[in-house]
Amino acid sequence: MTVLTVAGLTLREASRRKVLRALVVLTAALLGLSAWGFAKLSGQLGDLTSGESRIVAAQVLNLVMFGLSLIAALGTAFLAGPTLSGEIESGQVLSVLARPVRRAAVLAGKWLGLLVFGSVFVGVAGLAEFVIVQITIGYWPPDPVIGLLLLAAQTGVLLTLTVLLATVISPMASGIVAVGLFGATWIAGVVGTVGTVLGNESVARVGTVSRMLLPTDGLWQGAMYSFQGTRLLGPGGDTSPFFATAPLSGVYLVWVLVWVLLIGGLAAFAFGRRDV
Amino acid sequence: MEDTALQAAEQLLGGLPPSPAVWCSGLRKRYGRRTAVDGVSFTVGRGEVVGLLGPNGAGKTSVIKMLLGLVRPDAGEVMLLGRPGRDPSSRERVGYLPELFRYQPWLSAAEVLAVHVRLARMQVPAEEQRQALALVGLADRAGDRVGGFSKGMQQRLGLAVALVARPELVVLDEPTSALDPLGRADVRDLVLSLKACGVAVLLNSHLIGEVERVCDRVVILDRGMVAASGSLAELLGQRELRLRLGGVSAAAEARLAATGSLHRTGDEFTVVLPAEDDEATVPGLIADLVGLGVQVHAVEPGRISLEERLLGILRHEEGAL
Repeated sequence: MTVLTVAGLTLREASRRKVLRALVVLTAALLGLSAWGFAKLSGQLGDLTSGESRIVAAQVLNLVMFGLSLIAALGTAFLAGPTLSGEIESGQVLSVLARPVRRAAVLAGKWLGLLVFGSVFVGVAGLAEFVIVQITIGYWPPDPVIGLLLLAAQTGVLLTLTVLLATVISPMASGIVAVGLFGATWIAGVVGTVGTVLGNESVARVGTVSRMLLPTDGLWQGAMYSFQGTRLLGPGGDTSPFFATAPLSGVYLVWVLVWVLLIGGLAAFAFGRRDV
Repeated sequence: MEDTALQAAEQLLGGLPPSPAVWCSGLRKRYGRRTAVDGVSFTVGRGEVVGLLGPNGAGKTSVIKMLLGLVRPDAGEVMLLGRPGRDPSSRERVGYLPELFRYQPWLSAAEVLAVHVRLARMQVPAEEQRQALALVGLADRAGDRVGGFSKGMQQRLGLAVALVARPELVVLDEPTSALDPLGRADVRDLVLSLKACGVAVLLNSHLIGEVERVCDRVVILDRGMVAASGSLAELLGQRELRLRLGGVSAAAEARLAATGSLHRTGDEFTVVLPAEDDEATVPGLIADLVGLGVQVHAVEPGRISLEERLLGILRHEEGAL
């Protein structure tokens, strides 16, 4: 009950704050740019074979989807920070926590509200992008739903980390640290991919380890695989950061779940012991 | 057989006096090397209004936060309305206005109340919620966003939040800090009406005059410890009568001394009145003095104010309880 009340409150906050307008403007700009880019691209794809044109289309789509996932990550991270530590700093949380509520339930409600917000954003913006790509160059990703779910999961992972950070550090710092780690993991993932392609095991391990520590890049790789249609293209040998080499394994998805429960539990523990 | 035992147990429990609204024992809290609260114990009875007084940094807000589970005590126990403070359900019928009052700026005043009613797991009809806003003078601002409210209006909203979920205990931490004199009078009336409805109130306020007017009992904190506590009559002691008299004979002085402890400085006399003053003591004394030929120039009934008493206790004067 508390979880749903707080989740509803968080969604209302997200929809009424200025950050929503910023998100809409950024997303509209990105979608508009991609529509223009794909329209230009469609004129040049005629010189390529159908297989080559699919690779180009898939990579450009992945590039745009990366932009969208970045907006989703930034948006939720900078919403999650203020909504928790900001409320503690301002005293807004006092009257809420003095109600007959468990702190873990309040935290879970915030998390759920932001997850729904991030997932709806990813779903709506992602679908809009697929429609644009379909209209301009006639490409439709093979597993759009799985891809979007993985992107939503990526937002959830970053959100969980931000919630943990927000229980112990200031609102802005928690957002900045979370986004910084998100970027660092992505770069480590690219380095790992290069290592895999070059057959350098120690370099490849950088990506593997970073994907275990913060699973955002691992989920991003899985989402890319769903968008690019590798099945048609065969095993990839591409070193492009916007081209995945393998689908996600079930074990990795289980690890993501464990990771979220672990970090979420840690956040609940830290929030439960904190004096407000 | 089991039913009979159950009924007997119910009757036994029903016959017991209700547990206090607040019971705390040995509360202790340290922040780093500084001890903020050190062994604080007190109770607030059902329907009782208790004032929490003390200088800045005495630990009043820390004590309140420990009662409400917002701050973890290093030691000590809390019971709210008969349930252990560790159990969130102990706060089901508790209303709280924090010293730092901030409410979701993106919500309207009515929406803030609705959220709190849901969090309190209560079913309060919309009309009753509107009445709570009307009670604090915000009836015509119910649909306005809280972000546009002045500090005083936000504090009024905080009062409505504290009152909306039919509380049996209301904790008010500096409830008039942002209010104008009219608002302060409103809060005073509000506390008195809560008392009339049998709602217990724990009031932390710097405005000693307000506390003196509405509180049944007072707990005075100093440097994290209870410096004194008791009813106002216990804390303020007996009333006294100051007189300026001329032509006082030995018989007149004996008559004065017969009323109560007498102190004389020149023609100024101070008589301590008996605790069970029946309202006839002073007129009777004056009539007798006039009958004994004493010239009565001035008669001034006096009572030590709570402020004087508080300052006395905090300066460690004699007589601290």
